[in-house]
Amino acid sequence: MYRSHVLVCGGTGCTSSGSTKIIESLKSEIKKNGLSTEVSVVQTGCHGLCALGPIVIIYPEATFYTMVKEEDVPEIVSEHLLKGRIVSRLIYTEMVTDGGLKSLNDTNFYKKQHRIALRNCGVINPENIDEYIGTNGYEALGKVLTEYTPDQVIQTILDSGLRGRGGGGFPTGLKWKLARGNEADQKYVCCNADEGDPGAFMDRSVLEGDPHVVLEAMAIAGYAIGATQGYIYVRAEYPIAVERLKIAIGQAREYGLLGKNIFDTGFDFDIDLRLGAGAFVCGEETALMTSIEGNRGEPRPRPPFPAQKGLFQKPTILNNVETYANIPQIIINGAEWFSSMGTEKSKGTKVFALGGKINNTGLVEIPMGTPLREIIDEIGGGIPNGKKFKAAQTGGPSGGCIPASHFDIPIDYDNLISIGSMMGSGGLIVMDEDNCMVDIAKFFLEFTVDESCGKCTPCRIGTKRLHEILEKITNGQGTLEDLDKLEELCYYIKDNALCGLGQTAPNPVLSTLRYFKDEYLAHVVDKKCPAGVCKALLSYTIDADKCKGCTLCSRVCPNNAITGKVKETHIIDQSKCIKCGACMEKCKFDAISKK
Amino acid sequence: MKSLEELKAIREKMQGQIGIRSESSDQTRVIVGMATCGIASGARPVLTALADAVQTKGLTNVAVIQTGCIGLCQFEPIVEILEPGKEKVTYVKMTPEKANEVVEQHLIRGQVIAKYTIAEVLG
Repeated sequence: MYRSHVLVCGGTGCTSSGSTKIIESLKSEIKKNGLSTEVSVVQTGCHGLCALGPIVIIYPEATFYTMVKEEDVPEIVSEHLLKGRIVSRLIYTEMVTDGGLKSLNDTNFYKKQHRIALRNCGVINPENIDEYIGTNGYEALGKVLTEYTPDQVIQTILDSGLRGRGGGGFPTGLKWKLARGNEADQKYVCCNADEGDPGAFMDRSVLEGDPHVVLEAMAIAGYAIGATQGYIYVRAEYPIAVERLKIAIGQAREYGLLGKNIFDTGFDFDIDLRLGAGAFVCGEETALMTSIEGNRGEPRPRPPFPAQKGLFQKPTILNNVETYANIPQIIINGAEWFSSMGTEKSKGTKVFALGGKINNTGLVEIPMGTPLREIIDEIGGGIPNGKKFKAAQTGGPSGGCIPASHFDIPIDYDNLISIGSMMGSGGLIVMDEDNCMVDIAKFFLEFTVDESCGKCTPCRIGTKRLHEILEKITNGQGTLEDLDKLEELCYYIKDNALCGLGQTAPNPVLSTLRYFKDEYLAHVVDKKCPAGVCKALLSYTIDADKCKGCTLCSRVCPNNAITGKVKETHIIDQSKCIKCGACMEKCKFDAISKK
Repeated sequence: MKSLEELKAIREKMQGQIGIRSESSDQTRVIVGMATCGIASGARPVLTALADAVQTKGLTNVAVIQTGCIGLCQFEPIVEILEPGKEKVTYVKMTPEKANEVVEQHLIRGQVIAKYTIAEVLG
């Protein structure tokens, strides 16, 4: 028995900022102070507040330390763990109030969150199955195997209103029902853990922080549809997630929670891992199954849908990691509990990965229907350096931008579609006045051009042409005709591409055209980039009144584009300038400006 | 594992241990003085005895917490018990044995052990 638990975040964010060393150092300091039998050090998954990592939480006091360094460890051990004196300089500043410390759950970042999919992330040791069982793990599996018929399981999921969290938002219960209805000698349950959107790390965090929840949910799904084999398709680029999944599968098999005759009910179910090489298209369900089959990851036409002919031509269901993470809780707490949260057509919560120009970069889980403003201003802590919000990008390369005029929109599947974006898997990238929307569209198109598998022409050639037109516009060579062509091509690709990747690839262009047409026009007509991002449209100039002739700018210029004598005004040779901005950064007199 | 009972056994064993990682406002707080004076007069075995007993008995709504010097060094080891909505009870000159009694009598059955409280000891 330990009197105190020290939880150290072992998610990818905190690991890359050194949490592994902190764990080692904690263990050795604790030993040195003779506390080994009293204090336990636990490596957990992500707490969400990645911007302030590495994070260390000490229970029972629930003290939340942020940005902990290895050097801080001796002080934490000798002061906090030995003498019970909190190391106040390391406490999360949001918790400090005039009247002492407030609870973590009362801070702006956590107050409005509701953690279902992430409920164990940052709380349990993901490499210890007993801790998962201690938080009611595998109880839902036991319950369905002993008390429910497969149809009852499906009905519960249908009643809960759970929709696929991978992006499309298809009702999960319906998917299961279709697969159950198809007779076959073998069926499969697949988990899509091929999270590929730039800036998204929700699924990664669930796998790293609570891998057993996915295994349990897949077994429940197997029972519901009549499958005995499951596959988790996870990208090899997630080494921590892969490692913890391997450990989890091993432990579950050892306990007989995977394998033959689970809970002595005659139900067999096992899960194997398949590692993806990181192709974005493999997140598309048919391409994913093709890849599991051992072929090159290319999509195939639907119908037949996976529920009819999926993996190895057998009925298959494929759900995303976050979708699975909700299942055991729905079974335990009931469909009504789940459907009481959220909006009319989008129930429950959604995990978002906040990134871009926002203070609290990290992972949040909020009830569906929370307004964008609350997510960004309150939970996200607003935009750094007092800059102005311009847009939020959701859904990655398949989604679109939400402009400031829709800042109060309640976030759910249907609202996002209606304003030309989509939920996607949950990446939420915030952009401020310094972001050029044409450049953003170009960035996402560059991504899809790269990731297009090349099987169908509209996607392979269409996205390439879109990218070329955008390139032309950002270079200042675009015409008004190009804008029309751009839009027309977008709709053509949407209508004709084979799979979801191609059909949604034009969305970043369409949504920026819709809400930020003025920026496109500024590039085309005025040959200006209002945000000052597109280099070809920029020029740096020196203000003669402010220049003191200190020569600093000409010394830092990497291309010798600045000339001038000491104490005389300097001049930038525009034909030589490569627009790196080094001179502007260095000038002490604020004499250089870009237009 | 072949039965739900086995699963339940693991769950109950672990819940006592993981319960320490919860934070709720209606928790009972057991506070042990762990300043130099407390440690010198034997607060550490008291603290570990309390933490062990609370977990073994599965008292998930009780948090055993340390604090610094309470200011009554001659009465250390001191244990304060704060139950929501009740007056604070201060036990003094504690030992691991007395601590176990406090868990049994006070925390589980709700009966304050008057003879160990500061009011009685001070007379």
